[in-house]
Amino acid sequence: MDKRSYANEEKLMKPLDSFSDISFQVRKKNSGKKLSTKVNVENLNFYYGQVQALHDVSIDIPLNHVTALIGPSGCGKSTFLRTLNRMNDIIPEVRIEGRIRIDTDNIYESGTDVADLRRRVGMVFQQSNPFPKSIFDNVAYGLRINGFVGNRVELSERVEASLQAAALFDEVKDRLYESALTLSGGQQQRLCIARALAIRPEVLLMDEPASALDPIATQRIEELIYQLKEDYTIIIVTHNMQQAARVSDFTAVFWLGRMVEYDRTDHIFTAPQQKITEDYVTGRFG
Amino acid sequence: MSSHQQFMPHFQEELTQLKSRLLVMGGQVEEMVSDAVRALVERDNNLAEKIIRDDEIINKLHLEIDERCFKLLALHQPMASDLRMIVSSVRINSDLERVGDFAVNIAEAALRYLRSPSVKPLIDIPKMADIARGMLRDSLNAFVSQDAKLAQETLDKDDQLDELNGRVFSDLLDHIVVQPDSTKLALELILISRHLERIGDHATNIAEGVIFIVSGLDVRHHAQDGSVS
Repeated sequence: MDKRSYANEEKLMKPLDSFSDISFQVRKKNSGKKLSTKVNVENLNFYYGQVQALHDVSIDIPLNHVTALIGPSGCGKSTFLRTLNRMNDIIPEVRIEGRIRIDTDNIYESGTDVADLRRRVGMVFQQSNPFPKSIFDNVAYGLRINGFVGNRVELSERVEASLQAAALFDEVKDRLYESALTLSGGQQQRLCIARALAIRPEVLLMDEPASALDPIATQRIEELIYQLKEDYTIIIVTHNMQQAARVSDFTAVFWLGRMVEYDRTDHIFTAPQQKITEDYVTGRFG
Repeated sequence: MSSHQQFMPHFQEELTQLKSRLLVMGGQVEEMVSDAVRALVERDNNLAEKIIRDDEIINKLHLEIDERCFKLLALHQPMASDLRMIVSSVRINSDLERVGDFAVNIAEAALRYLRSPSVKPLIDIPKMADIARGMLRDSLNAFVSQDAKLAQETLDKDDQLDELNGRVFSDLLDHIVVQPDSTKLALELILISRHLERIGDHATNIAEGVIFIVSGLDVRHHAQDGSVS
């Protein structure tokens, strides 16, 4: 069962009943603009020691779109996210099979510069984790350790641009040299996004980026995600299905380490093709 | 007990109540349609007047069901089949309310018609009432049992109503030509026939709603074959 390619919707749609064939025709006709693949995953298997956490996951993630990964706890979505910038490498006894390509580069090929990979594939975590430094230095830090060669003025410009892109600059422009720890939770999370953006990644991974925030701060992060997809390919893990529905263009549903459905987000939340998806998004299990 | 009931007993209970109230309303309007034509055929003024009074019950149910739907949408933010069920319930609710209005219109026309002796034997109009009522019943049964096949069969019956409506119209036009003094009464019958045909259209809408709930497929306006503009 091949569910990986949004470009090949025929394979993606598994008819459930006699109406699905007609439904597929409608969807095919409405399936918008041509997409280019940014991340290509083929037959990914992932093991923590003897335990297999991901089974034969294949997916094409489109450039400059938001792709949400949803599924119950322990389904493998965060593990999958972390394979995309090799964050799992730091865990002992993990083993990976299959292939992941960013553009044309196989990221698990021997000789891959993992630091460079993580520059290309940035990450934002559930808990905002600003350094105990000034707001300015939090953003400048990543640039400096990545060998930024510009002068002080150029560095300031990059920091400002990153804070602007993270929709934080107007709130902090008069206190750039105050501690980042004085910011609110929502501001700290946007600072972490600014920090990730400063080194100009191509892909941005977000693992529950708003789950620790109040509704207003969450709304700002969601609006930011919507704006950022103009320039970045975003992959977001969320337990909040309404959030996945609001911010993402495509949604992949994980269940017991397998990707059971991958489709346009509006299809997943209005008329999914797989019963597991239907049961999950309607709360029949959780 | 299903797994859904285990996880979301409150939501499940609310959905069950919503369906149950829609069925109460459906049963009521079905009876009103049937009674309205019976009042005409049996020349029963009292029955016609009762139907006009009963519209109040339908209006109250209409408001109550709308409120249930809005609350479920706002409080539970349902997804997938639950979302389709509630959105379709809003539409079905409006369709049923309109059917109630048509039953009242038929009763009012019947009261006007009954002021004079009949202009002709009533054959096709009772047939139309039977078909319209059958379509309503089938579409509601399809709703209860989530039966897309039965819903599709309901859609197919609409042509019979349209055909009968055309025949009634043409017969009565002929009648008017022969007996011009019966024009007013003949027009009442044309109106009643037209109302019955419209009731069939609303039953069709309900059946389309059932297909949407079951399959996620929007078959309104021939959307499935791409001819919708």
